[in-house]
Amino acid sequence: MSEVRKVLIDPLVDNNPVTLQMLGICSALAVTTSLLPALLMCVALTSVAALAGAAISALRHRIPNNIRIIVHMTIIASLVILVDQLLKAYAFETSKQLSVFVGLIITNCIVLGRAEAFAMKNGVVMSFVDGLGNGLGYSIILIAVATLRELFGAGTLLGYPVLELTSNGGWYEANGLMLLPPSAFFIIGLLIWGIRTWRTQQVEKPDYQIHEVHRTEVY
Amino acid sequence: MSEKKEFDRDSISNTLIIAIGLSLVCSIIVSSAAIVLKPVQEKNEEAFRQRIILDVAGLMEPGGDIAELFQAIEPRMVNLETGDYTDAADAERNVPIPDELDLAGIGQRPINAPVYLVMNGDVVDQIILPVYGKGLWSTMLGYLSVAPDGNTIKGLRFYAHAETPGLGDQIDKEPWRALWVGKQVYGSGDEPQIRVIRGPVAAGAQNPQHLIDGMAGATLTGNGVSGLVRYWTGPHGFGPYLKNFREAG
Repeated sequence: MSEVRKVLIDPLVDNNPVTLQMLGICSALAVTTSLLPALLMCVALTSVAALAGAAISALRHRIPNNIRIIVHMTIIASLVILVDQLLKAYAFETSKQLSVFVGLIITNCIVLGRAEAFAMKNGVVMSFVDGLGNGLGYSIILIAVATLRELFGAGTLLGYPVLELTSNGGWYEANGLMLLPPSAFFIIGLLIWGIRTWRTQQVEKPDYQIHEVHRTEVY
Repeated sequence: MSEKKEFDRDSISNTLIIAIGLSLVCSIIVSSAAIVLKPVQEKNEEAFRQRIILDVAGLMEPGGDIAELFQAIEPRMVNLETGDYTDAADAERNVPIPDELDLAGIGQRPINAPVYLVMNGDVVDQIILPVYGKGLWSTMLGYLSVAPDGNTIKGLRFYAHAETPGLGDQIDKEPWRALWVGKQVYGSGDEPQIRVIRGPVAAGAQNPQHLIDGMAGATLTGNGVSGLVRYWTGPHGFGPYLKNFREAG
């Protein structure tokens, strides 16, 4: 049981796919202008990651090595299309805002990375939990970024006004930068800084140490 | 486990079985999902379009039943060249738009286009025209509502565009949409005079009834909206059709 717990909890902070492994950044920039599409994206990605993990793990003893990646992609792509179709049917207007980004879950490194690194070597239940954990780790970051961007960029949360905008006679001047993709870079960067200050073991050792060379050493 | 070791998963037969079997299973899942969900999706698509039309007409009530409210609206087909109603069921083929007339940047237009008439008893209350054209990043699609005098704008709404968030996307936000209401498309002639200018309309500006405030940081999007409204109300768009209303009024 503690093993399952570890697999589920680890990707939330200690091994977060976005802030530690730097995966899934491009969709984190694209869908976080407001909270509702970000939430839907989280649900979509988490369900695809969990189900793909379980399906690939169930087939892991039969999947031939040389077509391994193609098999993963086929399973992931089918699940993504399924999720996309469901969203178009039951969450139509938000799925319009997500446009191509649900389809692009196919190329999301988190899903394929977990399939290759975890699901091929572990049981069905564990792979499902691992997909769930990594999906939730991605979701935490997306929700944090989307909350900040919607709140300071538009003064609303889930469409409900929180900060009174000057254009509606309030006091808050909306920060347009928050709605543009670069702001997500800044926020994710600050999050990574914050997490690594808190969990210092995540700080990487420098690959290369600059040291002073005295000119007499050169010759 | 020893059994598993003897099984050669890299053999050609197993590779073929997995490849073909997986393709079959996945294609069945995907295609049956698409078929089962299609009716729901088409209903959404249609309801969304109807909601936008109701919205631009000002008929949308919160929590109202879209299909029921849409009963008040009568869709018709118009031949753009003559400006008369036609019984043709669809748009037929496209005709190219001469470059010098192509203010909307769309290259071609259909022969027939739909219009949506908001009826008040037997009298036309609003004429809703589908309009589209190029903005800064995207093709902007929307509906323009015109009063039965064929000249006064009652509303403009976009339902699909990809303009810059926070800047160009104001085209579909309330404060800017409201600027269009009550503006006049035409002066004395048949050429549309309405346009989006740069910056706000000055207090002493000439003919302010034709001018719309520009959006800060979205001049090109504003020019795009200007161009598409002028094209679709112009002589190559719905101009001849709207002229019938102006002459009747």
